[in-house]
Formats: sequence, structure tokens, C-alpha cells
Amino acid sequence: MSAIDITEAEARALLQRALLQSRADHCEVSFRASARGNLRTARNAVSTAGMNEDHVVTVKAMFGRRSASASANQLDDATLRRTVHAAEELARLSPEDPEWVAPLGPQPYLAVPAAWSEATARLSPAERAGLSAPGLAVARERGCRAASYLEDTRSVEARLSSTGLFGYHRATRVDYSVTMRTADDAGSGSAAVDQNDVARLDTAGAARIAAEKAVASRERRPLAPGAYPVILEPLAAAELLALLMEALDARAADEGRSAFSRPGSGTRIGEKLFSESVTLRSDPTDANVPGSPWASDGRAHGSQTWIERGTLRALHGSRYWSEKSGTALPPQPSRYTMDGGGGTLEELIRGTARAVLVTRLWYIRSVDPRTLLYTGLTRDGTFLVEDGRIVHAVNNFRFNESPIAMLQDVQALSAPVRANGAMVPAMRLGRFNFTSVSDAV
Amino acid sequence: MDRRSFVSRAGLAAGALWLPSGLAAGRRGPAEDRKALADAALGAARDEGASYADVRISRYLTQTISGRERAIQSVSGTESYGAGVRVLVSGAWGFAATADVTTDGLVRAARDAAAVARANATLQAEPVQLAPNRGYGEVTWRAPMRRNPFSMPMQEKVEFLVTVGDAALTAGATYVSFGLDLVNDRKYFASTEGSYIDQEFVRTYPSFTVTVVDRTRGFAERGSLAEPVGMGWEYLEGRERDGIATPAGTLVWGKMYDMVTDARRAAAEAREKLFAKSVEPGTWDLILDPSHLWLTIHESVGHPLELDRVLGYEANYAGTSFATLDKWKSGTFRYGSPLVNFVADRTQPGSLAAAGWDDDGVRTGEWDLVKDGVLVNYQATRDQAHILGLKRPQASSFAQSWRDVAFQRMPNVSLRPGRDRLTPAQLVAGVERGILITGDGSYSIDQQRYNFQFGGQLFHEIRDGKVVGMLRDVAYQATTQAFWNQVTAICGSADYRLGGSFYDGKGQPSQVSPVSHGCATTRVDGVTVLNTARATA
Repeated sequence: MSAIDITEAEARALLQRALLQSRADHCEVSFRASARGNLRTARNAVSTAGMNEDHVVTVKAMFGRRSASASANQLDDATLRRTVHAAEELARLSPEDPEWVAPLGPQPYLAVPAAWSEATARLSPAERAGLSAPGLAVARERGCRAASYLEDTRSVEARLSSTGLFGYHRATRVDYSVTMRTADDAGSGSAAVDQNDVARLDTAGAARIAAEKAVASRERRPLAPGAYPVILEPLAAAELLALLMEALDARAADEGRSAFSRPGSGTRIGEKLFSESVTLRSDPTDANVPGSPWASDGRAHGSQTWIERGTLRALHGSRYWSEKSGTALPPQPSRYTMDGGGGTLEELIRGTARAVLVTRLWYIRSVDPRTLLYTGLTRDGTFLVEDGRIVHAVNNFRFNESPIAMLQDVQALSAPVRANGAMVPAMRLGRFNFTSVSDAV
Repeated sequence: MDRRSFVSRAGLAAGALWLPSGLAAGRRGPAEDRKALADAALGAARDEGASYADVRISRYLTQTISGRERAIQSVSGTESYGAGVRVLVSGAWGFAATADVTTDGLVRAARDAAAVARANATLQAEPVQLAPNRGYGEVTWRAPMRRNPFSMPMQEKVEFLVTVGDAALTAGATYVSFGLDLVNDRKYFASTEGSYIDQEFVRTYPSFTVTVVDRTRGFAERGSLAEPVGMGWEYLEGRERDGIATPAGTLVWGKMYDMVTDARRAAAEAREKLFAKSVEPGTWDLILDPSHLWLTIHESVGHPLELDRVLGYEANYAGTSFATLDKWKSGTFRYGSPLVNFVADRTQPGSLAAAGWDDDGVRTGEWDLVKDGVLVNYQATRDQAHILGLKRPQASSFAQSWRDVAFQRMPNVSLRPGRDRLTPAQLVAGVERGILITGDGSYSIDQQRYNFQFGGQLFHEIRDGKVVGMLRDVAYQATTQAFWNQVTAICGSADYRLGGSFYDGKGQPSQVSPVSHGCATTRVDGVTVLNTARATA
């Protein structure tokens, strides 16, 4: 039997076998196995493809306030034993952790059946080639060169502790992204889709959009840098929203080193920091974006509203900081949803007087954590929208912008769609700061 | 339990799990067993019709220790062992990997790889061409290492980091976070051409961030000025006297690092930054210390000269390159000023990319990328060498683990020092209005590597040849070709130092690779500087 096919009962037995080796005051054992297949194309041909399977057992041993972890990827008794012993030795040698918290007991993990798709789990090399083939065909039809990447993953995770916490979770995911460049390298367009169930994955549709953008961006007109209204497509918006979600850290805010620290003291929870239309929430059981039932520290994920109609409602934090601050802090979610309007991206464009339409953002890096300022670039399809239609392509830009600032002037939202594991609407923002031109195509 | 028994117990733990000789222990088998396993995989690949095949049987150890203030928050170790088989069938690559390192497991992986190759051949437009490479027989290579961090007592490493945290707090830091990443890789490569290459790598990456908070003024951070290295613990045995003072008095580091001193000084410098003058945006001359410039080299020279990017293989993710083949073929493309010479290598001792052979089984060496300012070459793997008309392949292939396929990764890419033996003080003395930048900070560059923006850790204003005080909120924006053509002076080899990245990302599925970049302090004139505090105003 391959480790990836381990059942709940078998996983419990494996982890129990490791736990029995432990002499620590407390021990947590987790198992993760994954099987991945991938196919990459470039220049209208396959460039690399492969499959791999791996698994890892991680042991966390605690003696009083001392703890450490060790992991290994062999499952024989001898390896399990020495991994447990290595964690214990490291734990004994570790200093006492002043931020130690008592081990977690059993948790109310939610079932997430939508995370698993049998069809995705059983994808063959030939099926991967079949899913990638439309991209190559569209590229040839439109005089483009396709570079694409298809990856499917099935994973199983289980955890067991000496306080009786147990969990078992399986998930699949398949991602396809494609970038089309015109034969003369003058135009470039991209699109990406991801799903848990491969039956919902439209690789041909993504390829058509990417080719359309590549051809439409061949003739670009210069547009000077400056602050413009923008339409961020869901993939572009998702990149900045993910950074915002990560920054909702309670401890950094309490400690005065976050954009969510209130001057003087405290945090900005309860303050209206964003436009009325901004609501961000997370729910691991959401069938559109099923997430993990637990956080890395073992706490159960539940349903949570982070920003409600523009008001900051919650920050995430560790168990230690929860205890120290006397606040029930949820863990950082693995998936999130931003509420949107009812229409499509095309309808959003039709209702726009003038804006820069952004397909994709690239190389986003923190510039100033005090304001959550990030820099990055547009790529693979940047257009000017005027009077409800795309009028022509424009040059790419470098931006210096904060997701907090940009969400203070939200003018319109499409219905959310799945983008890189989140549900995100296309958004029209009143102001987005482009600081220089990029000559890149 | 006293300290002595701590140490002896740690030694025991090391013997059980962490010694780099792990491959030679138990069923991991001595070299001849790995050879037999490799031969089984290669034989199975031939039976499947492979015209070429290679196998990498590898063991990876990591240790990560991290904490904040005076506490250790996480101690973890990982061990990963497995094998990847790559085959060329019907002109297409196929790859499969397994953690089941037995004859059966490897034969199965070889067959899976062949099945992948056959499926891919149906979509393949042109067959893979491999540059000639000879078999090297049974050979070995070891990274230089005076003290193996994996065989040291854990207690010593933990106490060391707690001392770093204490030094920062005692010197006035409000918070400090710190970490130590340690890596020990053992790779065994075999190919159907008769190579059996056994190599061992070690890498050490110390880091910290010091924060000073003033609830009325905000907060300021200063990160470590050390670099990750391809060395053992000996790198961390530096003392304050090993520091090199920049013209601003900042201590930077070469082959030895004193992390405690750096943390102490960081606290004082973060506080100074909190009260520093906000930069006036505009055009400035820059003096760039190697602790900063390595990252600009990495992004604006290392990546655009990766041949797979130039050809479009990375178009969907990392991007393509402005340094196109027609520019190279012209023989006249001015990448930089005549002072600018970039060289690729995987041979500098202590560098992160150093190796005896790459993951194509190609012997490592050194070659020019930019000579006297002109673009002359790229970085290529064995299956790309024919595109450049190379007589022998370059060693630019790397896989991050046994489970990942090898592809083109950056060797060390370095700026050769200047011939005039200038010192940083002499460079500063010649600047009328400039900024000295130390340490790497924010970094971003477009997908064809034209437009970039870099921050740093410390910024000092230069007026009339003298450093006059600290600045804050500095980032510079430029285009690659203009920037390197504005280089007007490079210090001599006495100032040459390595910086580097432990986790350079590229590819799909994304893989990280370690890479160093050497340079001496460099002057670049007329660069656009932003004020990041006003960027969204």
C-alpha cells in the first residue's frame, strides 16, 4: 500500500505506534502524505512533467515547558522510534518556553467533504496531457506560444496527541495557469484557474482568455505613471487580499508594529478602515473554497468574519497571545471569501467611465509595514477602459500601493469567483498608485 | 541534569538522526549499495527504451531554530530520503520520484518516468538534444566545513541564539526575532553515461530582525547584515574584530560573522532610524555595499541571463528576459559600463552554489556573462547548450530535492572587483550628493527584468565626500541596462564579499535553490530615489 492511500483507521494506528514510543510529558504526532502530478509546457511543447509521492511523520515532544519537533519520511518502526527519541532529546535540551501553552485536547474539527475529488485523485499522465492540449491548440490557432502549468495534488493529513486530539483530512486540488505570448513577443496574456474537483476545471476557457489578451496587447499605447482608477481582475485582487489577511495579526497590532496598531495603544478593531462594500470572511466548509479543518497548531478552523461592511472585526493570533491578551483570537484562515456584487467582470467594465484594467500582478514585496505599503508590477494584459469598453492595451506599470488604502475607495465589485484558492470579486477602485513604467511585455 | 550531560545526550541524538553520515548507516547502505540501486533504476530505464537516464538518490537534513526576545520558540529537524529518476524516451523527458529507496521502488519509478515521457512525446514538437558529457566514474566532492553544525550539541546552538536576543534587548531593542537555518545535503547521482557522483553540501543561514517601537513615532526595523553561506558553524565563530566598518561606521561581515555584535548594533541603529531624516526624493548617486548590491545583481543580472527564461520556458511564472538572443548575437549589447564584468561559477569556496558537479552530472566551472560591459554568455543546462553553440555544457542544473526534477538554476553570479584597488572610503570621498546603502531590504523587478525597485537596511547621506547622517524611507527605482551603465567606480578585490539567497524561487512546481553573489562596494550615478513614506500620499 502506498502511504498516500492510508485510511483514517490506518493513520490512527500508525500515529498510535509512534505515540507509544514516547516518554515525554506530552507528545503530538502528525502524518502528511501527498502525491503530485504535473505537466509544464513552453514554446508550444512539453518542457517538464513528472509525478512524485512523499510523506512525513512529525513528532513534537514536550517536557514541561520544553518542546521540540523532529520529522522523517520513512515509516518503519526503527525510523519512528528514532524520530520520537530525537524530538525528545531536542526537547530536553531546549530552554523552557515562556510562551508555552497547555496541550490542546480534542477539537471540534468540521468535516470538509468538498475538499476531495476522486477524479482529481486519479488523474493519469494521459489525462494531464489531455487537459494541457487545448492550450497548445489555442496557441497555434491564434499565432501564440503557450507556456502553461498543470498540477494536481492529493494529500492526506492526520494528527494524534497524547491528550486525545485526533484528526484526519483528505484533499485534492488541481491548478492550471497559462501565459500566451504572440510570435513576435509584442503581446502577452495570462489566465489561471484552480479547483478541488478537476471536473470543474476549464483549461480551454483559460487558454482562450490568455490568447485573447495576448493578441489584444500587441499594440500598446503609452500611459504615464500616476494615480488612476483601476479594475483589478480577481487574480490580481487576490494577491493583495492575501497580504491583507496575513497582516491581520493581533500580536503585531497589540505590540505597536502593525498598520492595525492604534496610535498610542491598542488595535484598530471596531474602526471603519475600508469602504462599506468590503466584507471578508472565512469558512473551511465553504464548498467553493474548501479549507483545512485545522490550523498548524491544531486548533479547529471555524466560520469567521474579519471585516464587515468596512469595519475591522477580528484579528488572528496564536494560542499564547489569546491567553496573554485575554481575547479569543481565531487562527489565521487557510481560505477566505470577499463578498461581491451580482455582476460579471464584463458588466463591471461596461459600467466604468475610465480605469486601468489589470490582469495580473507580479513580484509583490513589502516596502513599509507601517502602512502595509507594497510594490510590484502589472503583467500579461494591462488595458485602458473608457466609456464602458476596453479601448487599447497600455504599458505595464510598477505600483506602490497599500491594500488598506486601495480598499478605502471601492467603487464597484463583481460577483466573487474562485482565484488562487480564494473567492474574490473583480474590483473597481477609485485610486491605485502607479509609480513608474515597466517596459516588460 | 547538568550541562555536561546535556551535551552528551545531544551527541547521542546527533548519532541517531542528524549525522551527515546517515546515508552510510543501516539500510541506507554504503556507496556500493547505492550504486546497485542506481544501476537497477538505469537498467529499468534502458528496458523501457530510454536513450538516456539518470538517478539521484539523496538525503536532506535540515535544522531550524527560531525564537524571539530571550526565548526559543521552535526547534525542529527534518530528514528526507528518496530518489528521482529522469529518462529520455522518444525524445521527451519523463521524471518520477519515490521515497521507497529499494530496488523495487526505483525500478517502479523508472517505469513511471518512462510512462510520463511517452505521454509527453505526443505533445512534443522537437526532440530533446543533450550536449556531450563524459561519464566520470565513481567520484566524490565535499563542501569545505570545519565544524559540522549537525554534530554539535543542540544546547550550544540554542544558547547562542538566546545570547543574540539578549544582546539586542540589552542594547535597547523593543523586540527581536531570530533564527538559524541549517542544511546538510548528500546527493548521489548516477547516469547511463557512467557517472557515479557522491557529493555533500552544508549551508548555514543566521538571521534576525530587531524592532524599536515608539508609540508616538511608530516603529523601525533593522535586519541582520550577515549572509547565508555554504559553510559550517565556523562562519558563526566571528568576533567584533572580524567586522568591516563601512564609511558610515556600520559593521558588515565577510567570511566570519559575529551575530551577537550585529544584534547589539542593530538595536542602536534601529533607534537611530526611527529619528532619522526622511529622504528627499529625486536623483542621487549611490554607493552600494556588497551586503546590499548582491541582491540587485541577483535580480537584474542573474535571472535575466538564465537561458530558459530568455527562450520562454519560464514565461508562465518567473517570466522571460529583456536580454534576448539577438542582443547576445550582436556582440555589442552594452549591459553595463566598461567597468562592469559579471562572471558565473559554482566553484567559489564557501559560496551557496558551490559543487563539484551539477544535477546533470556536468563538471562545474567558471565563465564570463558580461565582459567589459558587453553581454557575452548565458547560463544553460545540458539540453540547452546546443542553442548557444557551446562545445561543452555549463553546470547550471539543480533540483531542490530528490522529489523534484532538475532544471536550469542560477550558478553564483558575481561582479568582478575593480582593477584600481579603490576603497569604499575613496568612493565616498568623490561623491558630492549621495546615499550609502547597506543591507538588503525590499526588492521587486518585472518579469522581463527591466524595471526594478530596491530598499535596504541602512541609508546614510553623503554630502561633499562625507557621510553626514542617517536617512530613512529610501528605495531606488531604475531600469537594468541604464543602472549598470551608470556604474562609475568599483572597489578593489580587498573589498570583495559574498552575499546570497538561501531560498531563490523559480519554476513550476516552484523550487528553491541556494546561490551566492560576490561584489565589492560600487558607485552608481544618477539613480531615481523614492520616499516610501510618501509613495501613497
